[in-house]
Amino acid sequence: MTDGRPLTARPAGRHALLVELRDAEHTAAFHAEVLRRRAAGTLPPVTEVVPGARTVLLDGVPDPDALARLIADWQVPPVADDTGAVVEIPVRYDGPDLADVAALWGVGPDEVGALHRSYTYRVAFCGFAPGFGYLTGLPPRLHVPRRSTPRTRVPAGAVALAGPYSAVYPRATPGGWQLIGTMPDPRPLWDPARERAALLTPGTRVRFVTADGATADGTGPGPGSGTGDDPAAGTSPEAGA
Amino acid sequence: MTTRLTTVRAGALTTVQDAGRPGHAHLGVPRSGALDAPAMRLANRLLGNDPDTAVLETTLTGCALRPDRDVAAVVGGAPCAVTVDGRPAAWGAPVRVPASSVLDVGAVTGGVRSYVAVAGGIAAEPVLGSRSTDLLSGLGPAPLRDGDVLAVGAPARPAPPPVAAPWPGPPAELVLPVRPGPRADWFTPAALRTLTSAAYRVSPHSNRIGLRTEGPPLQRLSTGELPSEGMVLGAVQVPPDGRPVIFLHDHPTTGGYPVVAVVPESALAAAAQAVAGTPVRFTLV
Repeated sequence: MTDGRPLTARPAGRHALLVELRDAEHTAAFHAEVLRRRAAGTLPPVTEVVPGARTVLLDGVPDPDALARLIADWQVPPVADDTGAVVEIPVRYDGPDLADVAALWGVGPDEVGALHRSYTYRVAFCGFAPGFGYLTGLPPRLHVPRRSTPRTRVPAGAVALAGPYSAVYPRATPGGWQLIGTMPDPRPLWDPARERAALLTPGTRVRFVTADGATADGTGPGPGSGTGDDPAAGTSPEAGA
Repeated sequence: MTTRLTTVRAGALTTVQDAGRPGHAHLGVPRSGALDAPAMRLANRLLGNDPDTAVLETTLTGCALRPDRDVAAVVGGAPCAVTVDGRPAAWGAPVRVPASSVLDVGAVTGGVRSYVAVAGGIAAEPVLGSRSTDLLSGLGPAPLRDGDVLAVGAPARPAPPPVAAPWPGPPAELVLPVRPGPRADWFTPAALRTLTSAAYRVSPHSNRIGLRTEGPPLQRLSTGELPSEGMVLGAVQVPPDGRPVIFLHDHPTTGGYPVVAVVPESALAAAAQAVAGTPVRFTLV
């Protein structure tokens, strides 16, 4: 990275800044820098720090203009690839779109899992549903389009691909991603009673591993993993995933 | 010794709301909370509750509740008829509801959302520090159904002496101040002029996630896809049909449609009380 400075800080109302970065790596680096400075007590107060694909939203900022001036001078060091804990997600590669993805990748359906498991991912950002993390790490040649018709119900635990992202659905929702596998017990993904409610938080590194035989049955959502009859399902102004 | 409220009539959509759960947007958790926060706070203050104590938020058709002990309650927000065991009772001021009698919060006569505060507050189980129902992600208590039983907390202090409180009326015209948003440059120069000069109306498809509008579509300069980015409360997001959606408290925390403008939080209580068909005027500030 020759120049680690943020590109632009766009005002988003009276109390927020949307900071634009060059790409996913620069965004991860800037996000890490914001968290470092907040932990060190050198960042003015912010309520929310929300990374996106190429932005970081800083919301609940008393003086966005002052913060924008401060940020303009930051030199942001790149994020080292091997820092931070790695979360392992067990997967059975049995998704209904496995054959389609295999065709898009130009491999056999039985090779998708090995290829998908061979990369280390990072949670770039969350959204769509609590605990739904957008994982980057697939090389561009393996990026796949969304399905042309979204499913009305994707089960909790579905392991899915869309564009540059991989994800695991924490609960049953409608969704348009390509489903390649199943996390047999998705309950750890989101548990608001736990101190860290989300397993996958921005910056977390993720590896997919083979689900062993002990967790062989679990195609449906686990207990407590979804509300099923959410009255707002599908009413979001944006169909996110 | 806990007081319980039985839901005799849940109404169209009645949810538990407090100040919501800010600080978790990076996990995909909406802020949630009472859409008309000033109404929630005023109702609580009239009972001696802390201002952000959990209340019930009704939608258009009210609800009816039966306590198993004497409770004090305030119904405010959208105006409506209030009765206790069929006898007219005060709206916007404390009401005594004797044990086993029914507090009926009638259909609104204006506005959208009434608030039912009870002394001691609704004691639902908090999730991430809030008792609010979040309809987008399904956090917090489910919307009330007939027969549901709610626990009431112990009143923190004696009720204050009665005061005459000023309740703002529902807006006949919704005036929403806006600042240009982070993606205003994704739209034609004419789009912001259209937004701030054309006649919009509140769409009947509005909900706690967004206030949808009907009116002339806003034209985009760029038809490219916006990579998902963080969304603020009050963001005026423009989906492909070009009709602005104002994000309310249950809005998604990240989204992929450009935000042309942002409405300050202080203007959103009025938005929450604007019925379908209400004229909307956006004014640049």
